[in-house]
Amino acid sequence: MSEIVLNIDGKEVAASAGMTVLQAAQQAGIHIPTLCHHEQLEAYGGCRLCIVEVEARGRKSYVVSCLYPVEKDIVVRTRSEKVDKIRKVIVEELMAHAPDAPELVKLAEEYGADRNRFEKETSFCVLCGLCVRYCDEVKHKNAVGFIENGAVREISFIPEIAAKECWSCQECFTLCPTSYAQAAYLLTEALAFPGRRHAHAHAHAHATPEPERRVIPITPVAATA
Amino acid sequence: MTMLKLNSAAELEELRARILAGRDPAKPCIAVCAGAACDGMDSAAVAAAFLAEVGRQQLGERLELRTTGCHGYCEKGPNVVVTPGEICYFEVAPADVPEIVAATLKGEVVERLVYHDPASGAPAVHMNEVPFYKHQTRLLIGDNPKIDPMKIDDYLAVGGYAALVKALTEMSPDQVLDEVKRANLRGRGGGGFPAGSKWETTKNAPEKTKYVIVNGHEGESAAFMDRAMLTGNPHKVLEGLIIGAYAIGAQRGFMYTRHDMPLLEKHVRNALAQAKEYGLLGENILGSGFSLEVELHFDVGIFVSGESSALMRSIEGNAPEPRPKYVRTSVSGIWDKPSNLNNVETWANVPQIISRGAEWFTSIGSEKSKGTKLISLSGNVVNSGVVEVPMGTPLRTLVFDIGGGVRDGKTLKAIHFGGAMGGSIPASLLDAPLDFDGMSKLGAPIGAGGLLLMDEDTDMVEVARYLMDFLTKESCGKCVPCREGMQQMLQTLTRLTEGRGRQGDLELLEDLAEVTGLGSLCALGKTSGDPLKSMFRYFRPEYEARIPDRAAGGSGDQK
Repeated sequence: MSEIVLNIDGKEVAASAGMTVLQAAQQAGIHIPTLCHHEQLEAYGGCRLCIVEVEARGRKSYVVSCLYPVEKDIVVRTRSEKVDKIRKVIVEELMAHAPDAPELVKLAEEYGADRNRFEKETSFCVLCGLCVRYCDEVKHKNAVGFIENGAVREISFIPEIAAKECWSCQECFTLCPTSYAQAAYLLTEALAFPGRRHAHAHAHAHATPEPERRVIPITPVAATA
Repeated sequence: MTMLKLNSAAELEELRARILAGRDPAKPCIAVCAGAACDGMDSAAVAAAFLAEVGRQQLGERLELRTTGCHGYCEKGPNVVVTPGEICYFEVAPADVPEIVAATLKGEVVERLVYHDPASGAPAVHMNEVPFYKHQTRLLIGDNPKIDPMKIDDYLAVGGYAALVKALTEMSPDQVLDEVKRANLRGRGGGGFPAGSKWETTKNAPEKTKYVIVNGHEGESAAFMDRAMLTGNPHKVLEGLIIGAYAIGAQRGFMYTRHDMPLLEKHVRNALAQAKEYGLLGENILGSGFSLEVELHFDVGIFVSGESSALMRSIEGNAPEPRPKYVRTSVSGIWDKPSNLNNVETWANVPQIISRGAEWFTSIGSEKSKGTKLISLSGNVVNSGVVEVPMGTPLRTLVFDIGGGVRDGKTLKAIHFGGAMGGSIPASLLDAPLDFDGMSKLGAPIGAGGLLLMDEDTDMVEVARYLMDFLTKESCGKCVPCREGMQQMLQTLTRLTEGRGRQGDLELLEDLAEVTGLGSLCALGKTSGDPLKSMFRYFRPEYEARIPDRAAGGSGDQK
């Protein structure tokens, strides 16, 4: 792998060909915020929070660092007035849906986002797709997927698959930035295979304790506004 | 007619000679338009009436009947054109048919069915006298009335596939590419990117497997010219594609179009089958050693399918979600292979560039935009339809000379170009020439070519809201700025149109338009704020008037 040197925030950073700007930055200890990114998953470019300013061949552009490949001599700025503004508005837009999601609350502080700028439509899901992609790419089960498009897009567990696969997995719950994946699953469970949770608890009441399928509580955060 | 595979250019020319020998140019031919608009006005009943009349009088030897693609003058359909002489009859009803047949046999004209000037009442009989047609240069669409799209022989009769023969027998792939580059053919799908450069990128990509694609996914609001082109003359587009594949070195081609146009599907399927049967497609085309397979693909009913990377995902069998083009699709497209995609109209331009040469092509048009452009003319216009004019034509010619001006004697307020991702400019800029770069600078990029007239009664806030509503429904929803930003812009615009504007709404819209433009993944989101930007540039007072005056006490829905 050939070595590529680029400039990130004034620092000369070495990277190998095929790496993304985000990887190069992380390797050099430079923080870029992400929401939909996960090391085990293919880069997605959905949340757009990792957007950075890139100057290449005299042209300035705004690209998402999780997908932009490193190039020789490019100059990357992970913060700028425009970059910060884009991140601020994105956080504000997402907080209309999930005003108390811990990651968003932290980002709101960092970028001065107003959690009440847009009218609340608390769907709780920010559609980062971590659950959908994890279930597809890592578990190869596709028990949860996107339905609809645009503003009415949502995640949905497919009951037939969920009934078979999710009970013993539930790994996507911890990936979810808002706990909505868990809520969506529990709803599916309650509607599609009711009584199972109760029966399970009953059957195992006196048996050797096995890892219990517990609901993961949202970490409480102080409201910012 | 034999239906044998043609093994050489010479055999194709023999076939063409036989087709022409079997046709008498003096024999009258009645062409009934079956384009989308005429079809909607039941031109099928007119065509059936002609067939019945010819059958009843047993006129098969004396009269030719043809059902064709779109003639262009949609406003006055059903359209009928009689050759020789290109006599144009408008708004033809089945009851008019016996009279037209009788007059045609006598070499006469049915005066009451020809065009009459709305002011003077003066008749215009022949196509080159009708104002709608006479200011046009119909290089691409002009063959439509001469061709039954289901018959490859009709295309051969007007010189079809001669450019392919020339490319395969007289030119190397490099020479073909060079000709297209020198012609400065720019993409007609919206961006105006030089087609030759795109071809070259795909050609030079190291990967050996390469694809060529016709983007026939016309989704831009108020655009219907690609449909007219591809449905009315599928072989012209296909010929361009085969020539392009030869230049690029592609082995496989795709035609991608909408699932909701049955006639288009029928014509394209038939064209592909006929071309294959004649040996113009498939293995060893015309004995040249060059082979190309072309298949037809359909969308799943979403606008963003027309975005090139989403389109390629769709062809792969995946959901049509765009991907960022940090590596261009011309290098890594379908199944990560170099894939050259051009719009229907771009491909349709290729045969004539090869036949007539780059010098001829560059003699038409403006300094940086060459050739002609197909325009869909609609809105508050007198003459709606599909129009073709040289690049550089003043918009005034399109609007008044061809379009006949504004409907119902009203005044023109604005024109809008480029659909939901385009822009509106005021009537005062009507002397601007039709030019990719010029129109972009004005804030109303040509886009694919949908030109909408808006009269004095148009509410410009409502126009922006309407377009945003369209885009919001068509966003795939993958990336946040597009999905959320457009939704917020739509809500704000809706408030304004409903009289619930708030202080700060315009600034909010500007913020959202900027962030959505910079942050979105694909062109849909990136350009979603463009109509709004043009509104703020030219019609800002109309928007300001929707914000309650704080000084006056503020009657709006304050937060």
